[in-house]
Amino acid sequence: MSDGMKEVDESPVVPCEEGPSGRITGHKTLISPTRGWRALDVREIWNYRELLWILTGRDIKVRYKQTALGVAWVILRPVLSVAIFTAVFGYLAKIPSEGYPYPVFVLSALIPWTFFSSAVASSGNSLLGSAGLIGKIYFPRLIIPVASVGSSVVDFAIAAVFLLAVLPLFDVAWTLSLLWVPVLLLMVLCLALGVGTLFSALIVRYRDFVGLMGYLLQVWMYATPVVYPASLVPGPWRWILYLNPMAGLTEAFRAAFLGRPLEPGPLALSCVASVGVLAVGAVYFAKVERRFADII
Amino acid sequence: MPALKVEHLSKEYVIGGRMTQVDTLREQVASIFRHSVLHGQGTGKPRQERFWALQDVSFEVAPGEVVGIIGRNGAGKSTLLKILSRITEPTTGRAELFGRVSSLLEVGTGFHPELSGRENVFLNGALLGMSRREIADKFDEIVAFSEIERFIDTPVKRYSSGMYVRLAFAVAAHLEPEILIVDEVLAVGDASFQKKCLGKMEDVGREGRTILFVSHNLGAIKALCARAIVLQNGELLFDGDVFGAVSKYAGKQDIDIDRVRWDPSNGPATPSARMIEVGILNDGKRVGTDISTEQPIQIYVTFRVIKEGRIGTTVLLHNSDGALVFISISNHEPNWHGKIRPKGIYRNVCEIPSNFLSEGQYSVSIPFWEGFYETGIVEKEILRFTAHEKGFVRGDLPYAMKDSVTRPLLKWQSDFLGDQEV
Repeated sequence: MSDGMKEVDESPVVPCEEGPSGRITGHKTLISPTRGWRALDVREIWNYRELLWILTGRDIKVRYKQTALGVAWVILRPVLSVAIFTAVFGYLAKIPSEGYPYPVFVLSALIPWTFFSSAVASSGNSLLGSAGLIGKIYFPRLIIPVASVGSSVVDFAIAAVFLLAVLPLFDVAWTLSLLWVPVLLLMVLCLALGVGTLFSALIVRYRDFVGLMGYLLQVWMYATPVVYPASLVPGPWRWILYLNPMAGLTEAFRAAFLGRPLEPGPLALSCVASVGVLAVGAVYFAKVERRFADII
Repeated sequence: MPALKVEHLSKEYVIGGRMTQVDTLREQVASIFRHSVLHGQGTGKPRQERFWALQDVSFEVAPGEVVGIIGRNGAGKSTLLKILSRITEPTTGRAELFGRVSSLLEVGTGFHPELSGRENVFLNGALLGMSRREIADKFDEIVAFSEIERFIDTPVKRYSSGMYVRLAFAVAAHLEPEILIVDEVLAVGDASFQKKCLGKMEDVGREGRTILFVSHNLGAIKALCARAIVLQNGELLFDGDVFGAVSKYAGKQDIDIDRVRWDPSNGPATPSARMIEVGILNDGKRVGTDISTEQPIQIYVTFRVIKEGRIGTTVLLHNSDGALVFISISNHEPNWHGKIRPKGIYRNVCEIPSNFLSEGQYSVSIPFWEGFYETGIVEKEILRFTAHEKGFVRGDLPYAMKDSVTRPLLKWQSDFLGDQEV
């Protein structure tokens, strides 16, 4: 995509020997047009890690300050959903729950799914919500969607503790499989960040993606074994279900919470897909972020 | 080595009407369709109007220098600062900055109303590039400077706007970069606090920091900077001694013009009408560009309707500071507003009453539109005149007080209410 412009140093902050007033400063900033695809400047994001933490902290604080119910809401919401799902899918539709009481069966999958969908939604909408910052201050833009998933992680932690507390009430014992939970959380986080950053960048360009993202998340939930077990899909066709990376991850979460062995095949596939989606999201973001201030 | 080196910096923006702002997928899909199918061009690119917000600007700033940037609205000042702050990329050219840079394009960026003053200090400081440690070390100083110690743990949504600005500026005033880029931020807050901020900026300048400072406040520019750059229409008009720059900016750098006539077949046009002539009259007579405010002024637009339609005109008057003095629209015209005009020649006249304007140079911009403003063009700063008055309205006002945007002759009354206590 060259139009006579030569490519320039992609990392504008490079050490220099001598700065203003003869002092050693270590800073030189080069500003010039860039073209086409470029690599994500990971080192620069690392330099701005404090800002990432502060913005994450801000979002979490604001979220819990604004809601009157606060933490209670984080538990109340899944409890209400579980009640509805249990009534509709457990009793009326008689969806099998692999021998577990339907409420814990659905909650153990609903918690990771809620985390995924709220992380995608908040990171997807985050850039638009930070238009004021983007127009006035420079910092690596990727920090915005990444910082916005912080409150989803906190919500997840609260809900997971709640699930652990109620498991014994349904005669489900805690097992060592629970050690998988943090690992799986990291994988869902990768996938959510990949999808979220992709949407955040698309939404800046085309506002239509706000509605599209909401719709996609709704449909995606039914393509994921949340209210039904993956085993409900006949064996020869199950691989189609697992093309959705959230399917393998959700099943793995359910297994980890309920103390069953994890299926390595689907999990490995999901792992690869999550990293792949994250890479695609980050690369597209890096390509378009320099225009955000002009079009937001 | 300079602190800052700008070489041939240019920035092009894509602007224009509905066709150009492709904001939704549907519009983009539609525009691809329009172009490739209907016009057979197949480029998929909507027709775009472009303009250069900044054009081939070059300058250098030595370490420790404090340089003011002045120019009218739209001259490119903010674009230049945004490029140097890395918020937006230049289209061509390059700039190099040697040293730690902080830019302050707004006070209180990122302030969140739900958070306390304390939390916002850390948030805003981090956004401005300070480390947590740095903010913690200076925290007491920042709070003392802001003079709102008592409310530091109150959510800022309960602050008055004055308190908000004080706290925000206090954070910014404690930045210690080697290069500081400041946009028009001193225009906020009350006069005494502004003075305090100016004092702080002077201190910063004395400490040997390099400062790039945009302001409409020429007094502040003269007080802080030895050198200034004047931008006009995106180009560098003047670079040098601050007094030279201020007189270049405040003086008449634009030639006054009281009438513009176009070739009848070639004037600016909307799909249904074409402008023929615009001009200024003083009490109905053409008197040139030196206009007396003691007589009414008429701004007229003569146009030919080629295809019948609802045609209207608007008048925007700007003063030499770039402030919009007023906007007036031909909707208030009793005979033709909202009606379909048959083909023919028309003249719209907007009258500015006598004893209304202040003295000084004014520019007139004329939007020319049809229907419900959905299609139209704007003739920007097409006319320019200088208003003067003999002192009738001004009376004995001291010279320094002649700065009001308008100076209307208003009705006054004074009554003697008796000599007893009321």
